[in-house]
Amino acid sequence: MPLFLIACIAGQGVVFDADQVDSVVDIGEVVAVPRAEPSVRGLTALRSRVITVVDTRRALGLEPTASHVRRAVITRQDGHYYAMLVDALEDIETFDMRPMPHVAPKDGRWSRAANGMVFRNGEPLLVLDLAKLVPQPVALVA
Amino acid sequence: MDDLLQEFIAETRETLEALSSEIVAWEAAPGDRARLDAIFRFVHTVKGSCGFLDLPRLAKLSHAAEDVLAAARDGKRMPDTALVDAVLAIVDRIGAVVEGIAADVVVDDSDDDALIAALTRVEEVAVPAPAARVAVAPRAAPRSIRLNVDLLDRMMSGMSDMVLARNELARRLRDDVLDPRVEAALDQLSLTVADMRDTVTRTRMQKIDGLFSALPRMVRDTAAELGKAVSLRIEGSDVDLDREMIEMMRDPLVHIIRNAIDHGIESPARRRSLGKPPTGQICVTARQSGNQILIEIEDDGAGIDVARIAAKAIENDVRSVAEVAGMSPAEKLKLVFEPGLSSRDTVSSVSGRGVGMDVVRANIEHVGGRIALDNRPGRGLVITIQVPLTLSIMSTLIVAVADQRFAIARQAIEEIVKVRGEQVRIDPVGDIRVATVRGRRLPMLPLGSFLEIGQGDPSTLVIVSTRDGDYALGVDDVLDTEEVVVKPAAPAVMGSGLYAGQTLPDSGLPMLLLDSGGLAQAAGLRFQRDIIAADETAAQETANPALLFDDLDGARRAIPLGAIDRVEKATAEAVHRSGGRTRLIVDGATMPLHHVESAALDDALAHGEVEVLRLTDGETECAYAIGGALEIIHLPAEIAPATNGPVLGIAVWEGRALEILDPLVFFLDSGVADTGPVAPLCLLDGAGAAWMDRFLRPVLEAHGYRCTLSPEGEEAPSVRLMMEEDAVAAVPSGAPVVRLRRDREGLADPDSIYRYDRSALIAALAGHARRGGR
Repeated sequence: MPLFLIACIAGQGVVFDADQVDSVVDIGEVVAVPRAEPSVRGLTALRSRVITVVDTRRALGLEPTASHVRRAVITRQDGHYYAMLVDALEDIETFDMRPMPHVAPKDGRWSRAANGMVFRNGEPLLVLDLAKLVPQPVALVA
Repeated sequence: MDDLLQEFIAETRETLEALSSEIVAWEAAPGDRARLDAIFRFVHTVKGSCGFLDLPRLAKLSHAAEDVLAAARDGKRMPDTALVDAVLAIVDRIGAVVEGIAADVVVDDSDDDALIAALTRVEEVAVPAPAARVAVAPRAAPRSIRLNVDLLDRMMSGMSDMVLARNELARRLRDDVLDPRVEAALDQLSLTVADMRDTVTRTRMQKIDGLFSALPRMVRDTAAELGKAVSLRIEGSDVDLDREMIEMMRDPLVHIIRNAIDHGIESPARRRSLGKPPTGQICVTARQSGNQILIEIEDDGAGIDVARIAAKAIENDVRSVAEVAGMSPAEKLKLVFEPGLSSRDTVSSVSGRGVGMDVVRANIEHVGGRIALDNRPGRGLVITIQVPLTLSIMSTLIVAVADQRFAIARQAIEEIVKVRGEQVRIDPVGDIRVATVRGRRLPMLPLGSFLEIGQGDPSTLVIVSTRDGDYALGVDDVLDTEEVVVKPAAPAVMGSGLYAGQTLPDSGLPMLLLDSGGLAQAAGLRFQRDIIAADETAAQETANPALLFDDLDGARRAIPLGAIDRVEKATAEAVHRSGGRTRLIVDGATMPLHHVESAALDDALAHGEVEVLRLTDGETECAYAIGGALEIIHLPAEIAPATNGPVLGIAVWEGRALEILDPLVFFLDSGVADTGPVAPLCLLDGAGAAWMDRFLRPVLEAHGYRCTLSPEGEEAPSVRLMMEEDAVAAVPSGAPVVRLRRDREGLADPDSIYRYDRSALIAALAGHARRGGR
C-alpha cells in the first residue's frame, strides 16, 4: 500500500503521495518575486539551494495563506525545488487510494489538483498531486 | 602536448567503457544503425585526435575501421558478423595501444596489418582467428584525476552550506562580548572558508582559454597536412565558462575548425584566383551576452555549397527528391546536421565525411545550447554556438529597491549616476519619463514602481544597454558588486520575463538576477531615435579636444576630435590598394585610407584587422589607419606650427612633444583621388550592358571607375562586367571578367556576384583592377 503524508490546508484534510515529498521543513525568510505568478510567494534558501515557495491556498484558488505560516512540504518537479505551504502536518500512514466520486465540484481547483481520495477512520481525505499545484508560467501582460 | 595526450587517453578510456555495451549490442544485431553510428563516431574521434597528436599507428587502425564502417553506413557493405568481429578486434587493439601509451609500454604491432586486412577480406574468407587480446599493462599513476561533475556540485553545495554556517556562527558570537582568542579563531576560520570557497568555485570554472589553447597547433598541423595556409585569430579567451560546458564544447569546436580548414578554406592558388588573400582566416571569438556565452567561428572560405548538400541528401536517401524540392535554402542548409551526410565527394583523413556536424549539434543541444549557420557562398561561413551561462560565475551589480535587492549583469551596465545636481534631469513625457544625462536623453524605467514594490522617486540611475537601445533604470541605491553563481529559476518565475535567473549570495538570502532586456520589453520602452537623440548644444565641449592615439609607426599623435566621425576596426579584406593609393571599403563604398608608412600598415594588416579613424568634414569622408585609440585630451592653446605634410603642429602634452595631425590635408587629398587620371576602365558587356549602364554606372563612377559600352574602344578595359549567362559564351579577351547573377543564392555558380550586392562587386572590381595589366 502506498505511503501518504497527512496535512491540512484551509481546514481541509489532504494527503500527499510520499514519493512526491522530498522533505518537510519550516522555511526561513522569504524573498518576494515581484510580478511573478500570484501563487509564487517568493524564494527561500534551504541547505544552500534556492527554493520557490508556493502559497498552496492561492494555487487552489483560495484566500492567501497568512504570512506567518512557515511549515512546508518540499517537492522536486522538473529539476526545481518547491516549498508548498501547509497549515499543519499530521502523520504518515499507508492508505488504499480510491477514485474521486463523480460529483460536480463547487470549486474546480481542488478537484483539478486531486488524484483521488483516501479514507482515514471513515473521514475522506483528498489526495493532492503536488505536480499539479506547482505554478506554471503565465504570459506577462505588458 | 603532454596534457593533450593525457586528455586523449582519459577520453578514449571513458568512451571505450561507455562503448562496451554498444559493442555487445552490435554483435547481437549487426544491422542496428544507431550502434553502428556510435562505433563509427568513436573511431572517427580517435582518428581525428591521433592525426593531431601524431600517433600514426592509432591513426592507421582507426582510419581503416572508419572506412569499413562508412561503407556499412552507406549501405555498400552488409554489416555481417565477420565485419563486426574485425571491427571489434580493431577497437580492442585501439584500447590496448592507448593503455600502452599511458603506461609507456610498446604494444606489439606485428599483427596490426593482419587486423586491417581482416576488415577488407571478411567477405571472401572466414575470419582469421580473433587476435588474442593483448595483456593490458598496469596503468601508470596519473598526475591528474578526472572527477564526476556531480561530485563537484556536491562539493560546491557543501561549501555554500559551510559559508552560511560560518555567517550564522559569527552573528551569534558577536551578540556577546567576544573573547579575543575566539575572535582570532573565527577570523582564521573565515579566511580559510573564503579561500576554500574560491578554490572550490575554481574547480568548476575554467577560462575558455583551456578550450582554445589547443587550437593554434591543431590549425597549423591540419592546414599543413592539407597544403593550405590558414591564420587563426582567437578573441575573448578570458571568458569564464563552466567546466562541464568546456568539456562538452571541446569536440564540437575541433570538428568545426577541421571542417572549416578542410571544406571551407580554399587552396592558396584557388584563393588567389578568386581575388582573396592566399592565407585563409579563421576567427574564433567567445563573448558573454546576457545569460549566454556566444562562441563564433568565422572563416573566409567557400561557405557551404547548398545545392551539393541537397543533392547528397537525395543520393544518401536522407530525404526524398520531393522533400528537397519543397525546401527553402535555409532548410537545405540545415541538412548538414543530418547524420551520414557530407558535401564532399572525396574523403580526406582530416574531417572525413562531414560526420562531425550531427555529433556537433547533438553535443551542443545536450547542454541546452543552440547552433546557427550564417552561410555566405563564396565568402565564408560563420557558425555561432550559443550555450547558456547556467552555473557560470557572473559579475553583477547589486541594487536596492524598497527593501529588496536585485542583481544586474555588470556587462550590461554603462554607467551609474546619482539623480541630483545639474547633470541629470527627469521629465515626465506623457505617461513615460525621460532622463536627461549630460545632454543625452534616455527612456527611464523606475524599478520600484514598475515591480510594484516601492513608490518614491529613484535616487540613482543605472544606465543599461540592451540590444535595442539604452535606458535608465531608476533604483533606490547601488550597494555593491558581487560575483555570483547564477542558476535558472523556476518556470513560474522565469515566465515573468523579468528575470534571468536566481542566485544565493553570501547573505544567505536568495536574490534575483534582472533581465535588462526583458524589463525594457515588459515596460514597453521605446527606443525611438528622436527621443534619445543627443542634445548637441549641451554636449558641446568648450575646450579644444583631440583624440590621442598610437600611430602605426609607434609614435603617439593626436587629431582634433571634431574631424572624427567614428573609430572602428577594419578587416584586412576591406583594405584595397590600387594605383598606389589605399582605399577602405565601407558598406559598399570606398574612401581613401591614409596611413604613415606602407610597411607599418602591412604589418598591421597581417594580423587581420586594423583600427581606423573615420574622418569627415560633412561632405568628404576618408579614413586614417592607427595602432589604437588612447584617450581624449584637451590640447593646449599653443601649438608650434609645422610645415611637414599632414602635421598641423607640435604641442607639448604631459611634458612630451606631440604631433597634431591636420585633417584638412587628408580631405584635400581625398578630393584629388576621385578625379585622378588613373581611373580603371570597366567594359559593360553582353546583353545586360544596358541594365548595367543605368544601374551600375553611377555606383562604379562614384568609386573611381570609368565605364564604357563599346568593346572596340581605343583603350583596353581593365575589367569586363557581364551577366552570368553571357559570360559562358563570351569571346575571351585580355581583361578579367566579373560575372553577375540574377538570383541572390548562387546555386549555379558560386563565383558570380549577385547583381545588387554592391560591396561584393566593388571588392571584386578592386581585386581585378589591382592585378589588371596596367
